[in-house]
Amino acid sequence: MKLTEKEVRYVAGLANLSLSDEELGRMVHDLGGILEQMDRLAEIDTEGIEPMSQVLYDAGDETATLREDVERETLGSEAATANSALAANGYFKVPLVIER
Amino acid sequence: MSIATQTVSGIRKGLLARDFSATELTQQALAFAQAENPKTNAYLRLCPERALEAAAKVDAAIAAGRDPGLLAGVPVAVKDVILTKGVITTCASKILEHYVPPYDATAIERLEAAGGIIIGKTNCDEFAMGSSNENSAFGPVRNPVALDRVPGGSSGGSAAVVAQGTAVVSLGSDTGGSIRQPASFCGVVGVTPTYGRVSRYGLSAFASSLDHIGPFARNVADAATLLEVMSGRDIMDSTSAAAPVPSYAASMTGDVRGMRIGVPVEYMAHATGETAGLINKAIDTLRGLGCEVVDVSLPSTDYAVAAYYVICTAEASSNLARYDGVRYTTRSEDASSLIGMYQHSRGEGFGPEVKRRIMLGTYVLSHGYYDAYYLKAQKVRALVARDFSRAFGKLDAIVAPVSPFPAFKIGEKVDDPVAMYLSDIYTITGSLAGIPCMSVPCGLTGDGLPVGLQILCDHFHEPEMFRLAHAFESAAGVFGIPLSTSEPIQ
Repeated sequence: MKLTEKEVRYVAGLANLSLSDEELGRMVHDLGGILEQMDRLAEIDTEGIEPMSQVLYDAGDETATLREDVERETLGSEAATANSALAANGYFKVPLVIER
Repeated sequence: MSIATQTVSGIRKGLLARDFSATELTQQALAFAQAENPKTNAYLRLCPERALEAAAKVDAAIAAGRDPGLLAGVPVAVKDVILTKGVITTCASKILEHYVPPYDATAIERLEAAGGIIIGKTNCDEFAMGSSNENSAFGPVRNPVALDRVPGGSSGGSAAVVAQGTAVVSLGSDTGGSIRQPASFCGVVGVTPTYGRVSRYGLSAFASSLDHIGPFARNVADAATLLEVMSGRDIMDSTSAAAPVPSYAASMTGDVRGMRIGVPVEYMAHATGETAGLINKAIDTLRGLGCEVVDVSLPSTDYAVAAYYVICTAEASSNLARYDGVRYTTRSEDASSLIGMYQHSRGEGFGPEVKRRIMLGTYVLSHGYYDAYYLKAQKVRALVARDFSRAFGKLDAIVAPVSPFPAFKIGEKVDDPVAMYLSDIYTITGSLAGIPCMSVPCGLTGDGLPVGLQILCDHFHEPEMFRLAHAFESAAGVFGIPLSTSEPIQ
């Protein structure tokens, strides 16, 4: 499937991604080529096949995916915010969202 | 003693015999890596402080008469998508250039608990997206076998350091072939274990239903030891498997008589030239060892690449939403509104391939396209997995090429993403099924470029996989040779 520049702009908006005009042109070309390959999926018959969203195997009862719900020490807000470009007092700071 | 020719078991023996100390070995490894790295750009950074601290612990354990662990004193390099507490971890991306992880990945904790010494972080494709290591924000890695060629990807740096001899073993991650393909290109052993065998806690998520951590080494036994140490249930990763971890060393008996090996007709139809010749020679070697080799059909193979790139980009677009300029280091200067800050931080921070995959993933998940792409791809994934489970009803293992061609020149394929994606055909099928697979060196082309033989087994059948790989390695006499020296491995 070929994509138009308008469609690529729309998808970039959904992905919160700014693209330069040059990147946009390149993206129209590249995505079109890749989607053409992906469109081949329509050729194969999947009637009655359940979608596979994760790897499943027969591992018996031993693969219990849940752990006991017990309290554990957490990272703490200082460590958790330490890598932020802008943080203070254990909070992330972001541009103004709501006007007073 | 040269660090470039050491093995895991050799180092342990030398330490216990007091031939050298872990501190001496670590100092030598760090100096050697520092000196050799400009040739390949395989390390992004070394971590001498952390390494020497770990070495001192190993020396103290030996002095006190305690067992220093299976990986005692072994210099380990770690792909820069795996978190190391206090040591910058960039995912080879500008957006994480200054990120200092507040915790260690479980795999790292387990390696160090077994006496392993983390000496540095290796270059890779940005967020593990690529097949050539050319997508790193910090420059491509050169293949130590031929410096004008790529080492493969995405774990190119981890394969290169082991081939170069600047680490004894290393960790990589594999989503669609990112361990096996660089292992093949650099002439070393690379293992993608069963999905869930190794905890992914602390692995930066790319495509969560496909991501694995696995080892590189210069021989099968070293790779098996590294995997054994990392494997097993981890409460920090709900997808980690509780299945018991057997002794992989005990599985390597050398006897593979009567093993039933399948060769996929769909794969060999594509394979050409010297790669096909070397794979056929490897198959003859397996026959000579007493294996029963038969043709097998995996009919969904032709659709695997399309299914894989739908699923992995969809998951990537979701996983990489977290890099928005708020929590992780780099924020755009152009940040007057909240949405604008997200858009510009991501636009400036991500490289072209990562952007391409985020866009693709967002598109295939978007309204009106979900059924045709994402849901359809998940059904095709089920077919690929069914091909394997049917085959393993009658077979102990499948052997195949890893890549259609050996290491290519840097820059040769960088402008054609479709061709680059299609070259992942042989590794993607095993990834979709979540089965264990590995690359073991099987020879060199006329130009001296390494080619790997891929071995695939059923879920949790790592012992059979290692038994076959080890017997093949012994019979073929093809080991990963450290290139910085001409000495053979002991």
